[in-house]
Amino acid sequence: MVDSQKPGLLSGGQVSRREVLKKGLIGAAGLTVLPAVIAACSSSAATPTAAPTAVSGQLTGKLTLGNNHSDASDLAGVKTINAAFKAATGLDPTMNTVDHNTFQDQINNYLGATPDDVFFWFSGYRMRFFADKGLATPIDDLWAKVSANYTAGFANSVVGNDKHVYGIPVDYYPWCIFYRKSVFSTKGYTVPTTWTDLLALCAKMQTDGLTPFAFGDKDGWPAMGTFDILNLRLNGYDFHVGLMTGAQKWTDPKVTTVFQTWAKLIPYYTTGYAGLTWQQACDTLVRKTAGMYFLGLFMTGEVATVDKTAVADIDFFPWPFFGNTYDAEKALDAPIDIVMISAKSPNLAADLVNAKAYCQFWSTGATQMMMYQANNGFIPTASDADTTKLDVLTQKAVQIVSGAQRITQFLDRDTRPDFAGANSMQSFLLNFLNTPTQDLTAFQKSIQDFWDKLPNYTG
Amino acid sequence: MSKLEPQALTPAPTTVVGARVASPRKRRRYSLLSGRDKILLFFMVGVPLAIFLVLIWGMTLVSVGLAFTNWDGVQPIKFVGLDNFTQLFTTYPFFWPALSHNVLWLLVFVFFATPMGILLAVCLDRQMRGTSIYQTIFFTPVVLSLALVGFIWELQYSPLAGNGFIDSALVSLGIVSPANAPDWLGNSSINIWAVLIAASWRHIGYIMVLYLAGLKSVDPSLREAAAIDGANERQTFFHVVFPVMAPINVVIVVVTVIESLRAFDIAYIVNHGKNGLELLSTLITNNSISEASLLGFGSAIAVVLLVISLVPIAIYLTRVMRSEES
Repeated sequence: MVDSQKPGLLSGGQVSRREVLKKGLIGAAGLTVLPAVIAACSSSAATPTAAPTAVSGQLTGKLTLGNNHSDASDLAGVKTINAAFKAATGLDPTMNTVDHNTFQDQINNYLGATPDDVFFWFSGYRMRFFADKGLATPIDDLWAKVSANYTAGFANSVVGNDKHVYGIPVDYYPWCIFYRKSVFSTKGYTVPTTWTDLLALCAKMQTDGLTPFAFGDKDGWPAMGTFDILNLRLNGYDFHVGLMTGAQKWTDPKVTTVFQTWAKLIPYYTTGYAGLTWQQACDTLVRKTAGMYFLGLFMTGEVATVDKTAVADIDFFPWPFFGNTYDAEKALDAPIDIVMISAKSPNLAADLVNAKAYCQFWSTGATQMMMYQANNGFIPTASDADTTKLDVLTQKAVQIVSGAQRITQFLDRDTRPDFAGANSMQSFLLNFLNTPTQDLTAFQKSIQDFWDKLPNYTG
Repeated sequence: MSKLEPQALTPAPTTVVGARVASPRKRRRYSLLSGRDKILLFFMVGVPLAIFLVLIWGMTLVSVGLAFTNWDGVQPIKFVGLDNFTQLFTTYPFFWPALSHNVLWLLVFVFFATPMGILLAVCLDRQMRGTSIYQTIFFTPVVLSLALVGFIWELQYSPLAGNGFIDSALVSLGIVSPANAPDWLGNSSINIWAVLIAASWRHIGYIMVLYLAGLKSVDPSLREAAAIDGANERQTFFHVVFPVMAPINVVIVVVTVIESLRAFDIAYIVNHGKNGLELLSTLITNNSISEASLLGFGSAIAVVLLVISLVPIAIYLTRVMRSEES
């Protein structure tokens, strides 16, 4: 739900859900009357001859696209890309745009019923989850063509449990600690590089009358980011991934260390954080009543809506190190969005060539830059993207992520969806934040018990 | 009355017999329905009935069936017996808080919001000046969509850092220090009360309008008689008006119980029903129609809510049937 960047008026979802149904019905009706396209005609056309990742040549037939980029700027970006795809291939994808959160809530039913040929989704566990259920089409042949354009971190994020590739990475954003340069310079603060420095800085900010850490966890997911980074840096990438996938236990003393460390930070949080949205917390940083804010790069969008001039004053640094063996991993959350091909699309047999060509189109830096130009929150993943066109903050983000040896996706993308919702991990983390002094053994056991009771998907 | 009842019942068999005797005539009356009438009847009674059976009872039965499975919406349905229910009642950490919040909701509505609505109705029923203005003011929250109600109260309840109205007012009046300003929606021990105030704000207006309509239908001569007999306002209401209002009172009780059981919107708008705002309805939503897709488990919670709902429904129906008999 890091994706639920704009929760806003939540019940608005009711309306869009109805729209989804409507669109779904229209889409389904459209599909049934589609002529059976002879794939053979277009298969030769889809094979690129020029640059390894460029798509050219004429495509025939149809292509349906499930689009969760519903915000105005994001939707404009996708439309630009579709127009460019049409210019290159002559094929105009039939787009079915669904509200971002609604799309996520309904993903199970969507993929299990009559999905579109191609859809946008998240890499990592969330991709593997649906690949395991047989709801995604492997694209190893396409990956062989485009893999040269991706670094190892991105490549790993799209490999399923069966070692097949299921997605093309299209954008990402890192989680870092944001601050206002003017506040740091006038107060004489320096960027902390160690955990001790960070706590010292927090104490100093507090005496200076600042809220050291802006924090708003009303939506439940922001706290997950802090759990992730503490667990990654204290216990390492392997333990974190094991914990997310069930190989490690929540009752492990290593998890206790995470919560004990976190407890030292809680006194520095914004008063009333459990009743604040992440946007309200962000505003306290903009208004200079808070000193730092740990969130995804997308927060710059909120800064811009509050005070456009403040964006130039925003800077960030990666989470400070604990001085242990895991420092070298420089691990952090940097969720990657991908484009995937569904398995149950009623027209997929006829559309597969087009679907792969569309995914391939998204694998180029040129395409991804169109999305970046629509919204600076989408950092291109392709190696051939023209990074000189990225703004200063984005370039710094690229630098931090490419320096990281290990990248995770974010708690709610790295673990099963029924473990990461409002009445599961979000509630547990709020419970801890409310009473950090509680009996952690009992608390951790309640999380493990909850995990153990979830239905077994593979069995 | 009870003595009269047997007498009232005795003529009944004769009328039934009479009806049987007169059946040829009755049959002719039935045949008065033209073909068009029958088609019309089919569409106006048959179709809604079919929709009702399929969409209400069909869905209910499907939901009850799903409660015994661990279906996720995609994989083949597997029956798990009573597993969902044992988990719900024993280890699931959110069930008992949710149930107790629903009970609290009911108690607050029954002992506070509904009586307040009745009180307002009684006050406004007296021919006071500007009564329609007051009625409009109290009824406005009912007209507003719940999304808007949630939004309005979020602005009131936001913490100080979010410029919430109540906390800002408390601090600027010097009642609390900024550090101690209550987190109305985030503090898990007070947020249910904050939400209940918002819900009551709406419920009071609803009950007021219902009751006011009832009061208008009370025969004024009853009040006159009571006044002549020397009853004061309070006595008139409790001994004359309230008993006469019995049918409305039953409606009010049923509405109150239903509103408490289906409580959902405001808690869901605030934080999706977590951190002290768990309700049975939000648990159902978060489990069934979210990415979690625990349809079986969510259905089990829905079945619990159904069973609880059946109690007031049964009481209501038996009352209605009894009053029809007498």
